[in-house]
Amino acid sequence: MKYSIFSLARAALSGHKKWPRTWRDAEPKPRYDVVIIGGGGHGLATAYHLAAEYGIRNVAVLEKGWIGSGNAGRNTTIIRSNYLLPGNIGFYELSMKLWETMERDLNYNTMVSQRGVLNLYHSDAQRDAYARRGNAMRINGIDAELLDRTAVRKMVPFLNFDNARFPIEGGLLQRRGGTARHDAVVWGYAHAADRLGVDIIQNCEVTGFVRDAGGRVTGVETSRGKIGAGKVGMAVAGSSSRVAAMADLRLPIESHVLQAFVSEGIKPLIPNVITFGAGHFYVSQSDKGGLVFGGDIDGYNSYAQRGNLPVVEDVCEGGMALMPIIGRVRLLRQWGGIMDMSMDGSPIIDRTPVDGLYLNAGWCYGGFKATPASGLVFAHLLARDEPHKEATRFRLDRFRRGAMIDEKGQGAQPNLH
Amino acid sequence: MRIACPFCGPRENGEFSYLGDAKPKRPGPDAGEEAVYDYVYLRDNVAGEMEEFWYHGGGCRSWLKVRRNTVTHEIFSVEAAAGAGAAKAAS
Repeated sequence: MKYSIFSLARAALSGHKKWPRTWRDAEPKPRYDVVIIGGGGHGLATAYHLAAEYGIRNVAVLEKGWIGSGNAGRNTTIIRSNYLLPGNIGFYELSMKLWETMERDLNYNTMVSQRGVLNLYHSDAQRDAYARRGNAMRINGIDAELLDRTAVRKMVPFLNFDNARFPIEGGLLQRRGGTARHDAVVWGYAHAADRLGVDIIQNCEVTGFVRDAGGRVTGVETSRGKIGAGKVGMAVAGSSSRVAAMADLRLPIESHVLQAFVSEGIKPLIPNVITFGAGHFYVSQSDKGGLVFGGDIDGYNSYAQRGNLPVVEDVCEGGMALMPIIGRVRLLRQWGGIMDMSMDGSPIIDRTPVDGLYLNAGWCYGGFKATPASGLVFAHLLARDEPHKEATRFRLDRFRRGAMIDEKGQGAQPNLH
Repeated sequence: MRIACPFCGPRENGEFSYLGDAKPKRPGPDAGEEAVYDYVYLRDNVAGEMEEFWYHGGGCRSWLKVRRNTVTHEIFSVEAAAGAGAAKAAS
């Protein structure tokens, strides 16, 4: 169904008891043109764009658990396009533009809120680095403003400006950045893809690939039986290596755990997204009032969706250094998600050496903001067998060619990205 | 997660830095580009038991070889990896 003021009025008349399902609970068919493994934001967005832009509607999204049960429901909901390097900058701006029209495109309220992303700087050197980043954004047509201390103080007066070690000198602001409701993004893509005929199949774990004599992938073995496929796309960030191993592939990826946190609800305090420039801490306030924040990955390989206390301490120390005002706010929940940490900190969207198998992986801990563009460019790749023009650098062979996209300049040590 | 350092006793993992999988061995000088590519970039990324190198920077500053389950974080053994870097280079 299409949501509108009329559907709302109709449902209100029946006491909101007759809302139809947001998407069908589909049974697997024997064969699809395209099978997407992974019912997270990226997989569902891919299916939506395949159906909406490329006319491929005989598509299934296979999800091991329930849709959005992985990283799509575990992130800190931040959207932004403040990248520096060619390859990333155009891609993330494409994503930002898709966020801006998402609610109309999907006919779903994903609560996109362009409340601004403010990256604080604490030294002259860091100001220069942010000025460079801001300039790179602006020459690519992306909004960026370099704020001085007075302007930042006017916007967020509660921060600790006079921290003896890391005084706040100013910030780089992207006003178009902000947050979105992560679960609603999943549900919105599921709703829109379903309306176009895509089958969303939950509780369906892929256990292997079906391959013909030539080695081409012609389908998948699942916990709900064999499903044939013209092409298979993997969008299982966090578990990419495990799924790829079923096709005898090794990837330039390590899985690491990233924790996120939410405090008890408090009155409106933080008007935007703020990042601390002297540690790793980022925070925004949800519409329910909770402070949503996070920091670094734990730093060791992990498939456990939980982390350890040293990082909890580190993140909270960052928070206290930035805004001592939160000192008596209680932590409500913390959780962990599994990140595909790639060897250069940037994603991989490409064909694999196995015919018929396509890869969308390596999102490190920046996958949420990329959701719409990731879906679009992966759909393009699946439909046309060539990379979308904004994803030409996200190739799997870039490590072999030495064409890394390393925003942080850390080299091939995934836990440092 | 606590790591029982053979020199310092059980310590919280915040005292340690992580290098990663202990399996990749640095290829010899004549091994060719493909072997170097494999060593630098490709990982088994094991879900389950894995041997890995940790550095006890917040304690005795020893390199340690830890056998750990990446799914449960359970640690099975910790041993000194004296000369771990050299051993990687030699093999």
